[in-house]
Order: sequence, then C-alpha cells, then structure tokens
Amino acid sequence: MGKGYSGIPIPFPVLAKEALKDSQLRANLKRATSTIRDKRARVVAEVKDWEALRQAGHDIKMAALADLSTHLARFEREFTEAGGTVHWARNSQEACEIITKIALDNKISEVVKVKSLTTDEISLNEHLAKYAISAKETDLAELIIQLADEHPSHILVPAIHKNRDQIRDLFVKEIPEAASTLTNSPTELAMTARTHLRKKFLSAHMAVSGANFAIAESGTLCVVESEGNGRMCLTLPEILVSVVGIEKILPTWNDLEVFLQLLPRSATGERMNPYTSFWTGEGGDGPTQRHVILLDNGRVQTLADEVGREALACIRCSACMNVCPVYEHTGGHSYNSVYPGPIGAIITPQLLGPGQAKTLPFASTLCGACYDVCPVKINIPKILVHLRAIENRDNAGKLEKLAMRAAAKALGPQGLKILSTVTATLAPFIASAPLQLLVRHIPIARQWSAFRNIPTPRFVKKRTR
Amino acid sequence: MKVGIFATCINSLYYTRTVEATRTVLDRLGVLIVDTEQVCCGQMHINSGYPELAEPLVDRVERNFVNCDFIVAPSASCIGSLREHENRPELVAKCLDLSEFLVDILKVTDVGATFNHRVTLHTTCHSLRVAKLGDKPQQLLREVRGLDLIELPEADACCGFGGTFSVKNSDVSGAMLHDKLANILSTSAEYVVSADNSCLMHIGGGLQKKGTLIEVIHLAEILASRG
Amino acid sequence: MSTAREDILQRINAARAGMISLQVDRRYDPSLALSHAELLDLLEDRILDYKATFTRSTNVAQTITRILAEYGLRNVLIPAGLSTQWTMATVDFNFSSDQLDEFDCVITASELGIATTGTIILNHSDPAQGRRAISLVPDTHICIIREENVVGTVVEAIRRLNPKDHQTWISGPSATSDIELERVEGVHGPRNLHVILALC
Repeated sequence: MGKGYSGIPIPFPVLAKEALKDSQLRANLKRATSTIRDKRARVVAEVKDWEALRQAGHDIKMAALADLSTHLARFEREFTEAGGTVHWARNSQEACEIITKIALDNKISEVVKVKSLTTDEISLNEHLAKYAISAKETDLAELIIQLADEHPSHILVPAIHKNRDQIRDLFVKEIPEAASTLTNSPTELAMTARTHLRKKFLSAHMAVSGANFAIAESGTLCVVESEGNGRMCLTLPEILVSVVGIEKILPTWNDLEVFLQLLPRSATGERMNPYTSFWTGEGGDGPTQRHVILLDNGRVQTLADEVGREALACIRCSACMNVCPVYEHTGGHSYNSVYPGPIGAIITPQLLGPGQAKTLPFASTLCGACYDVCPVKINIPKILVHLRAIENRDNAGKLEKLAMRAAAKALGPQGLKILSTVTATLAPFIASAPLQLLVRHIPIARQWSAFRNIPTPRFVKKRTR
Repeated sequence: MKVGIFATCINSLYYTRTVEATRTVLDRLGVLIVDTEQVCCGQMHINSGYPELAEPLVDRVERNFVNCDFIVAPSASCIGSLREHENRPELVAKCLDLSEFLVDILKVTDVGATFNHRVTLHTTCHSLRVAKLGDKPQQLLREVRGLDLIELPEADACCGFGGTFSVKNSDVSGAMLHDKLANILSTSAEYVVSADNSCLMHIGGGLQKKGTLIEVIHLAEILASRG
Repeated sequence: MSTAREDILQRINAARAGMISLQVDRRYDPSLALSHAELLDLLEDRILDYKATFTRSTNVAQTITRILAEYGLRNVLIPAGLSTQWTMATVDFNFSSDQLDEFDCVITASELGIATTGTIILNHSDPAQGRRAISLVPDTHICIIREENVVGTVVEAIRRLNPKDHQTWISGPSATSDIELERVEGVHGPRNLHVILALC
C-alpha cells in the first residue's frame, strides 16, 4: 500500500519511468488488457438493462454506507447467532494479531489462502511468517506471485505482467512436481498448479479468505471465484477466518441480484464466474470454527470525505484498470499499492491519508474511460481531481502554487487580452529552431520537449478586429 | 437566437485561426454572433487541483455570456468542463461544442465546406466521454467535399496529453503519445483533425519532433475551408 | 480505552453525519420475456458455452448410466438424499477429504438453474444436493436439474433462495484466466461437469 510495499513512498512518475523501459511488460499488458476489454464489452452488450443495473449498484452501495453502523451491527448479530465469531480490527496490526492468535491457539503452522486483496492490504503473510506460520496462496496467479517473490500488479489477475513463457520457467524452477518437459501451454501450467496444491487442500486445517459481499440481514458471506481453490479453502479445513473490509456490507440478500450480474461481467468478462459460495455461520459441512474480521484500516476516514467516500462503493472488479491507458503503459507495480490503476489512485491515498501517496491522484490523464466501465458508477475522474486539491493544499510546491495563481490572473479578462497580443506578435518566432533548443534547458518546458516540439501556432494572419 | 463564441484561452493565445474559422462557419449559416470578452474556463485549475482559482474565471464566463442563448466553443474539453458546474444550471444548459451546435441546434451536417485532403480523426477523450459528442464530428466531416476520411486505429485511445499530466508524468505521457503517433503514421493521412486544440498541440508537437509532414488541424478550420 | 468495535462504530457515525439514505433506483428487469421452451434452449446454450455437457432426459437413470459408461466413471458417489434407484453408487457417509478424493464422480440434484448465465445452484441444506465437499473433491460432477426449476434471470433466482441455506453457484467446470487472460477449463474444482435436464 503506498508506502507499504517498500516502506518508502516512491513517486509514481519515478516507478513508471522504470516500468516503461520494460518492453516485455508493455507487450504482456497490452495483450492481456485488450483481450479482457473485448470480452467485457461483448458480455455487457448482451445485458439490455446494464445502465439500470449500474445505477442500482451505485445506489445500493451508497445507501449501505449511509447506514453502515446499523448494517455492521446487524451482520454481527446474525453471523454470531448462526454460530460464527465476529472480530473488529481498526488497522492491519490488529487484524493480523487476531489471525495469528487464532492460528497459535489451534497450533496451526500452515494456512491456505483464498485470493484476497484485503489480506494483501494488511500484509498478513509477512506478519504470519514472524510467528513461523506459513501462508500458502492457492489462487493460480497468487501462487505465481508467491513463487516469484513479487507483489501483485492487478487486483483480479495479479500476474498479468507475466507471460506464459515466464510462468513456465518459474514453475520448472520452483515447483517440485513440475517436469522439465513442461510446456508453456496455459492448460499444462494450470494442471501443474492443481497437482501441486491438491495435497495441501486435502490436509489443510486453517484457511484465510476475504469476502466479496457480507449480507447484513442474514449474516451471510459470499466469495466469488473461478478455480475452485476458494471452495477448497472455504469447505475442507476446520478453521476459516474471513477478513472483510467494512465497506463490503450489503443490507439485504436481494441486493445480490444486482451485484451478481455486475461483477462477473465487469471482472472476467463472463456471464457468471464458475463458482460462488455463500455461507452463514454454522450448518452442514465446512469449517467448524468460522471467524470474520471486520476491518477499518482507513475506510472510516474515507467515509468522512463527502466526495471521496464514493470510492468505498468499489466491488474490486478491475474493469477500470483494464481500460486505463496509463495502467496499460505502466503496469500495476508503478502504483506501489495493493490497489493499482484508476481505482487504486483514489483508494490508496484515502486509506493512507493525505501526503502518503500524494502522486497517485495525478497519475491519470482524466480520460474518463474508467468511469464509463465502472459497474457501480464511481466517478473516478471527479474524485481524482478532488484528491489533487487535497494533496495540493498541504503538499504542492510553493513555485507551483505561485504559477497557478499567476496563470489564473493571466487567463482572466485583462490578462488574456494582453497575453494574446504578445503571443500574436511573437507568433513567427515561437516555434523557431532557436527557441526549440532553448526550452530544453527550462525545467517544465524540458518535460514537454523531451517528446514534443513546441507546436507551431496557427494565427490568423491579419486580425479582423 | 444570439450566440456567443467562447474562444477558450488556448485558442485566444495560440490558435486564433480556429476561432476565426468558428466565426466563419457560423456566419455562413446566418447565425447572429454577439461579441464578448474572452476569458479562460478554469479547466486547467480545476483539473490540477486548484478549484478555488477557477471559480472567479467561471463566474466571469457566466457573466460575459449572460445575454447569449448559446455559448459555442471550438473545444469539447472546455465545454465539457463548463458543463460540470452543476451548481450553475443556466450556464450548463447553454454550453455547446461547435459540432453539437451545428448538428443538434442548427440541424446541419453539410456546412458547405471543401477540403481536398486525406484526413484522420482523433476522437479526444473529453469529446467522447465528457462532452459526449458521439459521432457528430464524423457526421460533419463526411459532408465535406473532397475530404477523404481515413479511420484511425485505436481512435478512442487517449493521446496522453491530460493537461499538466503531460509535464507531471511526462514519461508516461510520452509513451502514450508514441503509440498514438504510430497509429497516425499507419494511416496515409495528411492531416489529423480533432475537436480540441489541446490534444492537437501535444500530437502536433510530437509529429513535428518526429519530423513528419503530417499536420494537425482543428475541425472548425476544415469546416470553414472552401478548398 | 474503547474496544475496536465501539471505536469503529462511533467513528462511522461521525463520518457518515449528513449522509442521507437515498432511495435505491431499481429500474432493472426482473425477468425475461421468454417462453419456457426458450428458457431451456438458452440454458443449454449457456452451459455448453462453458464447455460442460448438457443432456435433456426423460429417463435420468438411463442418461446417467450412459454418461458413466461413456466417460469410464466407476467410483461414483451420491448424497444420502438422492434416490438410489438411479444408479449403483456409494452413498456419502461423511467421508473424509482423502476418502472423497478416491471417487472419480459425484451425482447430485440441484435447486435452481439460471438460463441467462448458465448457472446451476446447489442448496446444501437439501439432502439430495449433498454437503459442499462431495460436489467439490471428485473430478466429475453430474448434476440433475428439473425443468420446472429453470428460471430466466439472476433476479428470479435470488428471490427464490433463502440466504440461510449454504449455497454453491456453479457455472461450468472450474476455470482460470490467470495466464494471459486465456480461459482454461479445469483447475481445482471438478474438471468435468455434466448437466442433465430432467424433463417431466
């Protein structure tokens, strides 16, 4: 998260500049994002009432936030009455400590994990390692990331930056069951992961998951997945701990009728994802100990921002990063956060607080593609601009503030009149060769002229008035 | 019907030809144009995170055009920005991009223009997703005599300009521009046209730096052209 | 010092001050304007799209026998509530995960089918649909859906289900798109899914 990954907040432009040098990365990203964009567009076009669903999705989430404390308390009561245990955590540290204690109390030395952004956000694996508890990622992409000792670069497809050849080489090196004759076929690679993880699933005693939705009125949790690793973790071990951000609450079961249409189509571009599991406390088979940790970790402070709170409606589908031209060029690692892309650029700075990820709101051209595809209609460009103002208030350079104030004056009525006379007079020289050379030595102009000339102005030869 | 031309600051300072072309097209169609004092719409300040500096500018725009039925600008981006001021419904209601004014209000797609060149259209992000011009620029271009409209691959991809983004994130902006230029060069167009000079300034500067002969031109200038 | 719970709830109430509970705009379509026959066709189309098989059957026992023979499935598991006259199979006896792994096929009933999305819903409270583990560990899942339980949309399905029932929604065999976003069928869940539509 912002400063979480490396411990130091590295500015986006610096990380992006490095990432741009990796042409393999850009080729991988371009290929993957264009595939998923097309798939999404096809299945969304099938849904005639898509816009109505988006509006409903947005409204349900915002209504849930408006009464969040009531819904959380209701969820707690229902889940507890059904035999589960509810914990509350203000921050990463508290959440990690709760999970560690459950593991230690039950003499657990290895947990299996369902892909969960929230547990990445709280750096759970690193915390557990300090207590000699190993956390085994079971989602294929998370497994790839864990084997490569990297961080996810996408919220849905964490290894999107890697191509099949790179994954094949990694598996041959790191997975004992992988034969040296393994090819780069995605089917063979997936089968290798199946064999590798099968025994782990059948013998695991404790699993950690997140949840896509938590239903207040019934105390039901929902996990949406594809591979079946989720079902394995949610069903076979005796202990299950689900870490759930407080914004995952939906007031009623019927609200799912909207989100189970919006999420799969926006995420993987499928009409429905292969598996969705619902459980409520005890009953039937599955873990005998079921815990939920309701996590704040910056969400309440986000809720307090009238404009920014809309970001809490996010259902983590990743459609925004798949269409983002900036993400497509820089990849997810440049955002230095569990949450990259457009949504990350508005979530990370808010979860961490002003000044902690101050370059992220600026990591966008405000092209608006993210807003168009967002299944819950989060106005990402609007929030980006809002967060820019917040960061500027405390963190903008004096020179920039001065320049902006001067520009506001210069572009006002008097200023503009004078300035336009000046530029009209200088027009023939503006784009001249000497000037092109000169600007290469002026700080801001240098940023411009690295990739572009000063364009030739197009003036009317003889002013009519 | 009284129409005020909102020139936009970038056009007042750098592309007066676009402003004059807008006037020429409207004149030709018999529109009554009211002369007004020009000022910036404040978009740069808003988008850069200085909304308080934009407010006086928007106030001034609203006041300057108070006697006009429509505010027409050769800029989808500035019009889009002005229309975001939900607290000023009267202003919002009368702001139109030139192509919207021609197609929706005057119901004209053939403005009597001739332009004997191969042209490709960069559909800017703000024209598509903020001002929501749809295919109005294409409708107008298709009626221009002699004009050969060539489809631009990945036309709706952002060119990487993004206002201050182009200097704050200049490397990413440059990489995005690189892809846009490659797509432009893959067409055999002589001109890149768009509804915004801001993107064109960035694209044009890139084309010049590459040393190509492809020129950028605003939609209004093509519509004003007689050959 | 306040507990995390009190602290969070208190701060939420301060943060949400001034937020109004807005009316949710639910102008989406609850159902499809399709005939029953068209719904069944749609379900078939969508299930086949996921690379599962789909058989319409007036004699389910016979269909199962054919599928078992065709795919060479010998070690067959069924939940206690499923009528055994259909097949020679082992009834689930709370087997351990390792024991379940010995079976190469499970047969279950199902609660509902959603035509638009090709989804089959298992309600684990129903003894004929079995507990969760049995339809997860064996590599082949044969799932029977009765034609009167096919609905058109997700909305219709949700409104017929009880959240207190443990459920698994299944749309095709397990799959992943984690490598270059190319869909591969069959990872950890059953790699083969055979859907039998039981006609009245």
